Amino acid sequence: MSYGSTEAVRGIDLDVHRGEIFAFLGPNGAGKTTTVEILEGYRKRSGGEVTVLGEDPERAGREWRERIGIVLQSGRLDPYLTVRESLDLYAGYFRNPRPSEDVIALIGLEGKTDERTGRLSGGQQRRLDVGMALIGDPELLFLDEPTTGFDPSARRQAWDVIAGLRDLGKTVFLTTHYMDEAQRLADRVTIIAAGQIVARGTPQDLGERESGETTIRYRSGGREVVMQTTTPVQALHELTAKALADGEQLEGLEVTRPSLEDVYLELTAEAASPIEEGASS
Amino acid sequence: MNGLALVGHQFRYDQKAFWRNPASVFFTVMFPVILFLILAVVFSGEDVNVRGGIDATTYYVPAIMSLSIISATMQTLAMTLVIAREDGRLKRGRGTPMPPWVFIAGRVGNSIVVALMMLALLAAIGALFGADVPWGRLPAILLTLVVGAASFCCLGIALTAAIPSQDAAAAIVNAMLLPLYFLSGVFIPEDQLPNGVIAFADLFPVRHFFDAFFDAYVPAGGSAVSWDNLAIVALWGVAALLLAIRYFRWTPRTG
Repeated sequence: MSYGSTEAVRGIDLDVHRGEIFAFLGPNGAGKTTTVEILEGYRKRSGGEVTVLGEDPERAGREWRERIGIVLQSGRLDPYLTVRESLDLYAGYFRNPRPSEDVIALIGLEGKTDERTGRLSGGQQRRLDVGMALIGDPELLFLDEPTTGFDPSARRQAWDVIAGLRDLGKTVFLTTHYMDEAQRLADRVTIIAAGQIVARGTPQDLGERESGETTIRYRSGGREVVMQTTTPVQALHELTAKALADGEQLEGLEVTRPSLEDVYLELTAEAASPIEEGASS
Repeated sequence: MNGLALVGHQFRYDQKAFWRNPASVFFTVMFPVILFLILAVVFSGEDVNVRGGIDATTYYVPAIMSLSIISATMQTLAMTLVIAREDGRLKRGRGTPMPPWVFIAGRVGNSIVVALMMLALLAAIGALFGADVPWGRLPAILLTLVVGAASFCCLGIALTAAIPSQDAAAAIVNAMLLPLYFLSGVFIPEDQLPNGVIAFADLFPVRHFFDAFFDAYVPAGGSAVSWDNLAIVALWGVAALLLAIRYFRWTPRTG
């Protein structure tokens, strides 16, 4: 899959199950948007096989578009139409739309029904973006970095909306560069860096899989000691046995395992280092 | 909804957005009216040496009508489509089952309806200044308007391909149209333009449309429908349509 002269993503192999929230996680420039735009039918791929809802997005037509909803990474609505008018306009494009009132309730904009979209806050506009993608009552939703640039409370609200999609039985393909977002929302996560997949699994798996290195930290005679080990039980046993024998206090003893955030940063840094920066997202 | 119902649906919302947008209401509706009032007051009582001599007000009614039809079609479409493209609205629409032509048809319909309203408005204001409405020529006027409006819609849609950003839209459109209005005799009566200017303006569609519209609106002998001028305007429209089909983009160029 490439465009221009740079191959943006390579060897991407994804399998998304019906009814799940699938997170496609990676840093900016990793190739997430390229991949999702190929899946949405916006972008032609240079090779490989893609099937979304049983069809090749490059050739899929109107019927296929009845079944998907897309939230683009950026984009504004007509600033002179109200929330309800924007939804009603799009409802007309679909054969069996969800009523605009339902969608407004789902995205929590009941108080803003007759507000022009140009006057909504960033977080409210983003929720309306999700609403616009929901109006056709799609089976599959693509959300491209839905909370980038949000303050914490706006993110929390957007997360509630996305988590609610699962209860509606929708399949969600979410791209994000926030580990916590994937962790909070996704059933399964695939991590991409520099155009290649570096890890995949449930959020829990990913945390445990990389549990290799445990860090043990303590002070001895005023000196900070840090040791990394793959066998923490044995290392701790030896350490404490020796300390007991020597009558030594292990001041500030601390045993830590890497957080999911650490795992993510490590994985993406490894993948990015040998390859030139600048692969477009 | 079937195709035609969908165009009507799109058109309704385009109309709402048009009338709520202060920039489009000012430049497309208010500006031609203000321009006509200024020209009618400044040149009142003067004669223009065209068609054996007509008074300036009679000259400026079809002149400003031509300008406002081009403004409602080419200018409005080029600007609003570039803004919608760069806002990602065209791309968002392409992600829905709506056929792309429906969106374009809604916008073109909006432009032609606004052009018709401007015709009525300027005819009424012109009548207050003594320029009689040529009711007998209404079929010729409407035919000329529809051919011109459709052609200038195509020109506006094609022009979007040459406009890289929202900020550049107004500058590019005005840089093309304002000189042509001057050179084509829309602002300055053609009997006062130096020799050769009209010949140069004849290379472009604005002059031919104004000429055709003038023939349709001013009862001064000859055929009401200026077929040769209309044919040239229509050719420009067809050429623009082909360019638009080839080069129109639905995705933002910036951002």
